[in-house]
Amino acid sequence: MDASLPAHMRPERSFQGFILALQRFWAEQGCVILQPYDMEMGAGTFHPATTLRALGPKPWNAAYVQPSRRPKDGRYGENPNRMQHYYQFQVIMKPSPPNLQELYLKSLAAIGIDSAVHDIRFVEDDWESPTLGAWGLGWECWCDGMEVSQFTYFQQVAGFECAPVAGELTYGLERLAMYVQGVDRVYDLNFNGRDGDAKVTYGDVFLQAEKEYSKHNFEVADTAMLFEQFKMAEAACKKYLDAGWREGNRKEHLMALPAYDQCIKASHVFNLLDARGVISVTERQSYILRVRELAKACGEAWIHTEAGGAA
Amino acid sequence: MPDLLLELFSEEIPARMQAKAADDLRRMVTDKLVAEGLVYEGAKAFATPRRLALTVHGIPARQPDLKTERRGPKMGAPDAAVQGFLKATGLQSLDEAKIQRDPKGDFYIALIEKPGRAAIDVLAEILPVIIRTFPWPKSMRWGARSGKPGSLNWVRPLHAITATFGIETEEPDVVKFAVDGIESGQTTYGHRFLAPGAINVRRFEDYDAKLLAAKVVLDPERRKDAILTDAKQLAFAQGFDLVEDQNLLDEVAGLVEWPVVLMGSFEPEFLATPAEVIRATIRNNQKCFVVSDPKSNRGKLANRFILVANIEATDGGKTIIAGNERVIRARLSDAKFFYETDLKTKLEDRLPKFEQIVFHEKLGTQAARIKRIERLAAEIAPLVGADVAKVKRAAHLAKADLLTEVVGEFPEVQGLMGKYYALAQGEDESVAAACEEHYKPQGPADRVPTDPVSVAVALADKIDTLVGFWAIDEKPTGSKDPYALRRAALGVIRLIAENALRLSLVRVAASALAGLSVKPADAQKLPSDLLAFFADRLKVQLREQGARHDLVDAVFALGGQDDLLMIVRRVDALGKFLETDDGKNLLAGIKRASNILGIEEKKDKRNFEGAPEPALYGLDEEKSLAKAIGEVTAEASAAVAKEDFAAAMTAMAKLRPPVDAFFEKVRVNDDDPKVRENRLKLLGEIRSATRAVADFSKIQD
Repeated sequence: MDASLPAHMRPERSFQGFILALQRFWAEQGCVILQPYDMEMGAGTFHPATTLRALGPKPWNAAYVQPSRRPKDGRYGENPNRMQHYYQFQVIMKPSPPNLQELYLKSLAAIGIDSAVHDIRFVEDDWESPTLGAWGLGWECWCDGMEVSQFTYFQQVAGFECAPVAGELTYGLERLAMYVQGVDRVYDLNFNGRDGDAKVTYGDVFLQAEKEYSKHNFEVADTAMLFEQFKMAEAACKKYLDAGWREGNRKEHLMALPAYDQCIKASHVFNLLDARGVISVTERQSYILRVRELAKACGEAWIHTEAGGAA
Repeated sequence: MPDLLLELFSEEIPARMQAKAADDLRRMVTDKLVAEGLVYEGAKAFATPRRLALTVHGIPARQPDLKTERRGPKMGAPDAAVQGFLKATGLQSLDEAKIQRDPKGDFYIALIEKPGRAAIDVLAEILPVIIRTFPWPKSMRWGARSGKPGSLNWVRPLHAITATFGIETEEPDVVKFAVDGIESGQTTYGHRFLAPGAINVRRFEDYDAKLLAAKVVLDPERRKDAILTDAKQLAFAQGFDLVEDQNLLDEVAGLVEWPVVLMGSFEPEFLATPAEVIRATIRNNQKCFVVSDPKSNRGKLANRFILVANIEATDGGKTIIAGNERVIRARLSDAKFFYETDLKTKLEDRLPKFEQIVFHEKLGTQAARIKRIERLAAEIAPLVGADVAKVKRAAHLAKADLLTEVVGEFPEVQGLMGKYYALAQGEDESVAAACEEHYKPQGPADRVPTDPVSVAVALADKIDTLVGFWAIDEKPTGSKDPYALRRAALGVIRLIAENALRLSLVRVAASALAGLSVKPADAQKLPSDLLAFFADRLKVQLREQGARHDLVDAVFALGGQDDLLMIVRRVDALGKFLETDDGKNLLAGIKRASNILGIEEKKDKRNFEGAPEPALYGLDEEKSLAKAIGEVTAEASAAVAKEDFAAAMTAMAKLRPPVDAFFEKVRVNDDDPKVRENRLKLLGEIRSATRAVADFSKIQD
């Protein structure tokens, strides 16, 4: 931890200071620090900087915060740590550096988690995303019995082998910050690190949103519109993919990113429909498969682009 | 002789894979050594979260030399053949070859001596192959090299390989090889946090000691012992008892290299949640042990838990305990919330949801299955002395807890939660007990329920499962038994035998079959087919108990046996009888009679059945045997009718002296064909007399 920081910027005092400390740490490791992707998504992995950039031979090191929308996890702001919107901090390094575990442990030290007093463990947890056609092996990282991060070596994304393999780290920011700040309720997190009247809590920023979105996600979201949006996004994705091949040659693709946006859109719309309880168990599987088909096709397109292709 | 030290140092290996991996490493290396003619003295393998290690001691320094002979062309063969022979064998000229004469002529023979190679060279060849082909249940690629084809697959990234070979008194050599860019050497690393520096190792003895100094306990058994001892002591010091848990211990020992046992606590209010739920929460989610309070009655849980950390923290573990307490508090609040939420819904109100849940594609929904079990259990109820109304109620509710929050979270408390929720909504005690006990017995060591309501539902549940999967032809094959049908059948056997129940399995199975919506093609055969499966399970069970399983065949061979209790009792009585001298000798006599009959029947191509003619008895031994057969048959049949199989065996014992005397004094194959036929018929009578209890010819000696 940087001792020169003013108190309100210290990771154990403020949520924003916590995020800044992580960004700074990973910037020092050579990562590009991106901003959140401007679309709703269920996890930082969906960001094209991870999903698409994990494919292809070119090196890629990036870190960013990504708001994660999980409509089903909304609890009307009544649960101390479950929300339909929260932040993930995502790091992706391709190829995975040989010292990625050490870097991860140093990043914990940078946010105030000292391995001389905390029990940090790598516990088996294999990661799989059926919607992204992706899987990897790794761990959930425990700090004093609490899962604080996910550590994955991507083996396959969008149905394609990762060559070389990328290492992915996902930090649950609120949970970690709660631990470091010593609060039991997420809404009590000090957001800006100030005291007294100047203090802004996580609840000040997000509690109202949690209540509103929970009502929206579970009770009111327009399902007829959403079903239509799913179909439209799916159709648009396919259309852009078809149109993207230069001169129809299937050697070079010019629109992988816009097509992938529609895949992200379809996935989020599906999550909303799922939260509204209008998708039956059997249908659920088929929706997941439809999104996966889109993701795979986008992956196929991506590896024929400049950033995703060879040379 | 030299020893090998091998260590594969990697990122964290999943706990559940470590023991098998150590074993595989030992097996693969030693098998290869033996195949290469290098017979070793001993080998031992170890695993920690970050390393697999192997020591093989007493390996010969060199392979033995191999001498082989190779036959070449005939003398005077064309030059091309001779040149080929010389090239293949490495001889300079035919002068170096031997000549051997055989009936086809004189041939050149080359003597090829293949000197044994140095063991270290052999190791350098086999170790990389073993590493590349190691059978991890799941493996992965990593790093820059994973972009190229043929990169190494390992369970998690492999960082270093230590491989040394040499005798105790000398500096050992490194077994030189490289796998995917990792060069073998003699450098390993200590504990990730407590002593992360590099360590130079020579051979197993200093390796083990240096690791210990670097806060790594190499041997998993030592880690387990340390955890168990410390955990017990820590609990004891506070006046509690550790609730031991072998599986958890195995797992926890695979998560640490330097176990440090600590104790934490939680709010006593949480103890209002059922103990099993607390234990499942703390164990499954946090991999911590619970402790019981011996001062409370029935040794209830105490509000403490025991965790195993991987470091000696500089604050003595205060932070670690506080962190774990926080998580456990949150988890227990969730569990308490689930439990309290569950209590708000009556079990029967959950049932409609089962209409949506498929039990098996071909066997319909869970709701349909529950209806079948209800009907079958009600039919079984009078046969086991259970109240029909209670049985119906129990069968109706028994599966409802599958839809509760707690069971959703912790599947292992299914049934048990059903009991708690049933009691909470004021169900009859037997009905509540059946919600839990109808799953029992789960295995050979599990308790068999005795309450008739539980017994009826347990039988119905298991028989419906068996008949259902039989009907759709999903029987167990070989090692595959995905629906645990063998366990279900054994459960039925134990329920019947241990509760001394009388019921016709064929009839119950037929009734279960009638309740199914699928109609198998060979429905007629199904119950008897299933009965044969029960016979098999019974044999397996007897074999595992060390009893004679061949007796099951001897009893089943009588035909028409579908009353499991009677079968078990017959087998039991027969087994005891055959342990006596009378039993053994009678069995020998009966076998002899059967053998003679078999031979003569084959010779004459006819059967010697039917009653013998008393007028043809010429000898006293014949007469007394005939008399004894008559008496014994009557006595044994009467005893069997009273289901007193021990008495039937006692009656059988009376046959022994006349049978022995008959074989001693009487020549069966008399010159008079009439007398011969009569004597053979008398032998046939012995066989049929004994069939009152079992088919003795099916008994192995």
